[in-house]
Formats: sequence, structure tokens, C-alpha cells
Amino acid sequence: MGLIENIQDDGLGGLEHNVVTGQLEKLVSWSRARSSWPATFGLACCAIEMMATGGSHYDIARLGMEVFRASPRQADVMIVAGRVSQKMAPVLRQVYDQMMEPKWVISMGVCASSGGMFNNYAIVQGVDQIVPVDVYAPGCPPGPQTLLHAINTLHTQIESGELLRRRQGGAGIVVEQLDGQGETQLVRLGQK
Amino acid sequence: MGYFEGFGVTFRKWGEGVTTREYRGGRTNKDGDISVKDEKAPKPERTHGRHVLNRYEDGMEKCIGCELCAGVCPAKCIYVRGADNPAEDPKSPGERYGYVYEINYLRCIHCDLCVEACPTEAITETKLFEFSFTNRSDAIYTKEELLVGDDGKPQNLPWEDWRPGDDENTSGWMRATSPSGKAAYEGQVAWGGELGYGVREPELGQAQEDPPEVPVEIETDDHGGHH
Repeated sequence: MGLIENIQDDGLGGLEHNVVTGQLEKLVSWSRARSSWPATFGLACCAIEMMATGGSHYDIARLGMEVFRASPRQADVMIVAGRVSQKMAPVLRQVYDQMMEPKWVISMGVCASSGGMFNNYAIVQGVDQIVPVDVYAPGCPPGPQTLLHAINTLHTQIESGELLRRRQGGAGIVVEQLDGQGETQLVRLGQK
Repeated sequence: MGYFEGFGVTFRKWGEGVTTREYRGGRTNKDGDISVKDEKAPKPERTHGRHVLNRYEDGMEKCIGCELCAGVCPAKCIYVRGADNPAEDPKSPGERYGYVYEINYLRCIHCDLCVEACPTEAITETKLFEFSFTNRSDAIYTKEELLVGDDGKPQNLPWEDWRPGDDENTSGWMRATSPSGKAAYEGQVAWGGELGYGVREPELGQAQEDPPEVPVEIETDDHGGHH
């Protein structure tokens, strides 16, 4: 059995799994996926659809997610539902920072994902500039079924992911930061 | 006894059956099968969902690269570039075709204005609304992903959850209305055929119940300007 030198970089990769630890890892990720409590972060009309998903017709309790937590310390998934204004951005980041690891983010709706039709000075053009986003749900607003599809995508990711490391890659886009001061910087969005 | 009235409502509703729609996001089991309970809720006929680029019945693309959809888009999510048709292997009937066609689904608000603007009914919206992305490059649909296949059916991408019926009447009911918005045109077929579906039937509406006695004259607005 090997040793883990740097848990940030290697995760559990240094360990050689045997029957017990391998099954234990599956069990932990299974239970994480089945009880991922969302943090309420409804910002606009998408929040209405998020509430509809919690209601009896779509019943998010089937997925073990019915407890929308007002305290970020008790939540696992932050569903950013709605457009994030520049003034809301530090609040959103603070709520994200207060959440306990492991934590995930669903960017619900086009406004949260990319600014949507509000391409102006007041709205953050994509919440992945502030927090790392795992799943994007398109639509304006996404219906409850679109959100359920996004939740299913996230659960599949949680179950197939590693226990101690975040999924790498971030938002999958690289922005060239041209500030006119020295060399061009490449910034990868949505990474920790 | 006001305390228990709320419980009374609950108990009265007890026998009325289950309202929950067991949609599970297309979750598959170990064998790759979707659960029998995993059903979508029925959708309205004019649902606006993911777009498709249609073809004519002979397989030619309908898009002529005119960029009207990109111009009308309020979210500026469509990017189109037209190009001249290659003479030996034309992509569309006519002079030009859509060389680049991209839609960013992290901007699109599904307002259907592109469908209204399209002069050839090239772009329409299906009823698929159950899709989500794990990165931003998946969300930008290229022309290869938007264009219907050789059978005229939309392409099923791995992050989408297609069910039977989602591809039928793609914004077809919208097209049943005349371009000028006059109800007297209702019931008249004024649109072309479509690969895989043929010429769509007109919407049964006013024309069916109350047919116009005089043949419809198309008014041309020659004097122009505002009234």
C-alpha cells in the first residue's frame, strides 16, 4: 500500500484499493449523491422553477434533496438560480466559501450560466467567473424537468468522481486576459 | 378546533391519487435501461425547446445563410456566416447556404423569434428541453449538431434526453399561422415539405369552422410607411 504525499494533487491515487476500501469509496459517493442538500440561492425567476421542482408534482425528495438549507454550512449543492448582479457576486462567493466540502454548484438558467440576454454592466457574465460550476442547466428559465436532468447529471458526476479531489477542468474555457500591462495572461475559468 | 382543519384537508386529499411525475432525468441502471417510471410530463403543442436545422425532402439544407435569425435574436446567441454554394455540390437550393451556424445554449432564451424571422423555415424548435452541460463548449451547438440527420430526425447528443414525440411538430404550429398574421390564411398550406415528415398539415382552426367565401386577396403594401 502506497502513501499519499500530497492529498491535493494525488487524491486517493496513492492508495492501492483492496476490496474493502474500494467498496467503501463507492458507498461514500453513493451516499453523497443520494443526500445532497441544496442551498437556497434563488435570485430571480429561475427560483420559481426551483420551488416548483421542490413541490409535489416533481418532488425533489425522490432524489434526497428536499431539504433546502438556508444555512450554507448544512448544504452540499448550491443551485444558483437567476441572474447574479455585480453587487450580489461577493455575497454568492461568501456563501460558497461557507459551505463545507465536498460542495457542488449547479448554474441554473442562462443568466447564471453566461449572463443570458442581460449582456450589460450590471450582471456577471457567467457565475463560473466567481465559483467553480459543475453543471449548467440551459433555458430561460429551465423547467423543473430540465433542473431534474441537471441534478441527475450532477449525481452521476458525484458517483463517478473521486472522494477527496474536485473534478478538474473547470468550466472548460480559457480567457485571455488583455489588460495591456505586460504579457497576456491565460485565466482558466471556474477552477479553484 | 381550528388546530386540526389543516389535517382535515390533508386527509380529504388522501385518496385522490399521486400527482408526482416520476421524471428522473433519464437515469439509467447498470444495464443501461431507463426506469419504467421515468416519464416526462406531457408538453404543450407549441413548446419551445432545442433548435433543429431542417432539410427539404430531397435532403437539401433549408438554411440560406441570410443571418436574419442572428439579427433578430435578443440574446445574441446565434452566429451565422453564409457562403456561396459550391456549383458542383450545392448544399442548399439557391445561391447561398449557411456555412457556419452556431447557437450558444447558455444564452438562448427560446423565444422562437429566430423561427419567426426565418424565410425558409430552416430553423425550428423541437420540444426537447431536458438537457444540461458539464462544460461550456458542449453548450455551443455547431451546425453539425443542429442539422437533422439523413432521416430528417434530430441528432441525439449524449447530454440530451430525447423521448418519442419530442421531435414532432417542431414549431410547426407556429408556421401554421400566416406570415402577416391574418387569420383568413389559416388552414392554407404555404410552407414547404420537410425531410422525414413531409408537408405538414395546417392547424385546424378558424378556417375549418368558418371557411372564407371569397378567395383571399393578398394585399401589397405599396404606399409604404406608417399609417
